[in-house]
Amino acid sequence: MAEQPHTPTAVEARGGGGQRLRGLVRKEFLQILRDPSSIAIAFVMPVVLLLLFGYGVSLDAEHVPIAIVVDHPTAETADFVGAFEHSRYFSPVRLPDMHVAQRALLAGEVDGIVRIRSDFGRRLRTAGGAPVQVLVNGVDANNGRIVSGYVEGVWSQWLQHQAQARGQPLAQPVQVQQRVWFNSQLRSRNFLVPGLIAVIMTLIGALLTALVVAREWERGTMEALMVTPVAVREILLGKVIPYFLLGTGGMALSVAMAVWLFHVPLRGSFWVLFACASLFLLVALGMGMVISTAAKNQFVAGQVAIIVTFLPAFILSGFIFDINSMPRVVALLTHVIPARYFVAQLQTLFLAGDIWSVILPNALALVIMAAVLMGASRRLFRKRLD
Amino acid sequence: MVKEFLALLKDKKSRFVIIGPPIIQLLVFGYAATFDLSNVPYAVYNEDGGAAARDLLARFQGSANFQQVATISHDGQIRPVIDDKRAMVVLHVGPRFGRHLALGQPAQLQVIVDGRNSNTAMLVLNYVRSIVTQFNRQWSADHGLAQPPVHLVTRAWFNPNLRSQWFIVPGIIGLLTLVVTMLVTALSVAREREQGTFDQLLVTPLRPVEILIGKALPGLIIGAVEATVIIAVTVLWFDVPLRGSLLTLYAGVGLFLLSAIGVGLMISSMAVTQQQGLLGAFLFLVPAIILSGFATPIANMPVAVQYITLVNPMRYFMVILRGVFLEGTPFHVLVPQLWPMAIVALVSLTLAGWLFRHRMY
Repeated sequence: MAEQPHTPTAVEARGGGGQRLRGLVRKEFLQILRDPSSIAIAFVMPVVLLLLFGYGVSLDAEHVPIAIVVDHPTAETADFVGAFEHSRYFSPVRLPDMHVAQRALLAGEVDGIVRIRSDFGRRLRTAGGAPVQVLVNGVDANNGRIVSGYVEGVWSQWLQHQAQARGQPLAQPVQVQQRVWFNSQLRSRNFLVPGLIAVIMTLIGALLTALVVAREWERGTMEALMVTPVAVREILLGKVIPYFLLGTGGMALSVAMAVWLFHVPLRGSFWVLFACASLFLLVALGMGMVISTAAKNQFVAGQVAIIVTFLPAFILSGFIFDINSMPRVVALLTHVIPARYFVAQLQTLFLAGDIWSVILPNALALVIMAAVLMGASRRLFRKRLD
Repeated sequence: MVKEFLALLKDKKSRFVIIGPPIIQLLVFGYAATFDLSNVPYAVYNEDGGAAARDLLARFQGSANFQQVATISHDGQIRPVIDDKRAMVVLHVGPRFGRHLALGQPAQLQVIVDGRNSNTAMLVLNYVRSIVTQFNRQWSADHGLAQPPVHLVTRAWFNPNLRSQWFIVPGIIGLLTLVVTMLVTALSVAREREQGTFDQLLVTPLRPVEILIGKALPGLIIGAVEATVIIAVTVLWFDVPLRGSLLTLYAGVGLFLLSAIGVGLMISSMAVTQQQGLLGAFLFLVPAIILSGFATPIANMPVAVQYITLVNPMRYFMVILRGVFLEGTPFHVLVPQLWPMAIVALVSLTLAGWLFRHRMY
């Protein structure tokens, strides 16, 4: 660990408000440059995380392995099975009987079983129609539902073909004609990557400041700084400005990766994105400041930072899990998670465009949070002196 | 060893951080982390006004999954209501809906969905389709129309109602256990290094193995206690069925804890400052969670990433947790999940012990 020659007296000697601040900012920059771990947090972490998440996290199931069991193969069953073989969502395997198929389902080799009974051909012509049994593994409920949705899709397409081939009216009185706006391909990467930027930025902003400021408290250099004529406001600004710039750099890198590497469309304007991101960074830095000032040492500050930043930003921000569907109490709780507002802004800015009715209310919430957090850290700063 | 416990418990804030939040987080996340949709806000744009259209829309009103928030009367209103996120879905019934239906021609229900969160959009579409399918069946029966020649009878094993809470909550056990163990171990050596007390420890006649045990035990005990509490909450509070044997579950918990502690201590003894230790912990924690299959299936990942997950102990623990809880998987089936964790534990603990002595600065 390179020990920084920390000389508040040098800052003091320069005198003058603006110059003092400039001195503090300069000192902070030098410190950042000497300890590579801050730079690692700001630049290496977003790259590593975005690569991992961007490629690793996907909710789009394609080529789902599915078992098909046909008790008594005929031309009619072959036609139905063919519908699965031609679908890009499935890679079906033919298994001889239900025992083998059930074992495969239990072992996780297939995600579902489609079973066509021996009376398929006969019941096809009865009024009730022929039942086809579909079994999915419900352990991963989301995946189970997606798979059964895909099966339904294949089934209804097959019905349509059948009806057309026979020239009969379609057996479905009402048809659903779906239009998915903003993301017609339903590419999950398009909403995951912008959400990830919010999660990563929460981490970076809070971690950067939480540790650095706590370290100064632990070493007593903060107290040393306090006895100089530097005002509390200046100390705070001196901490915030350098890390804000560092965070902005990390943010720019993430956005660039999202657009050029992951091909997420950026439909809103770059400057609105920039403004929202700056605001959010201020909130994240404020969180870090409050944590580090309230905690006595790096150890606790680090622990708190891990607990209050990552998991809440991951689970409660609406990044993956829909906030509307949470119980009311939990949904109310999400209002104190800053990432919630930023995720809404990012997903809108990337996929939908500059929709002010979404951006402005969320920006207002972020402004309030930034003000509260900065005010709180200032107050806590003063209190620690007494 | 006693000293390690004291060091951890002495600090009141540190103590609180380790005990309080996991329980709160389990409760909050247990409710928050769900892929089941309820109260999906939707808007209705009904140009038909006939009885059939009313009938269909009433089915949406009656569903607990949907909540009507607006009624629209012309095309121009569709965009703003979706843009503002007031409604997630607009159900558009065209003016000829009733006539087509009566003539036996296909009647269209246009469904416009906000795709900003594509996973939610896909789920919403599935819900809409199943309501329409029910309506169709009823309508065909009432009007003596032929039923579709083939219909699907779908059943889900182990989780008949496809409640995603049953899937997510056992996963959260793994998540929180991992976070707590990392918190306890990852900073412990680095802190002593920074304060210089670790050097003192090294010059005592204690062997590295003994130091290692002293460092690992608190994590193991705290992790085990924490896991027990969380498992109890999962079963008693969230009513997730525990179908397998507790013994199998704890074999998994024990090995998982050892491997997590190993990685934590390894990071900790590699780091020179606490900041580096924390950074290292994070760089392990976040990918370990994302690439574990906790929220998104490993099978959906690219093949190269799937290979990376093979060294992730959390990946195996997830399979064990869900297997034991929901499927009641017996011990011998889970052995392929257990030994990789044992290897990770062995390698990381050995490396950590070796690093104690060899990482000098």
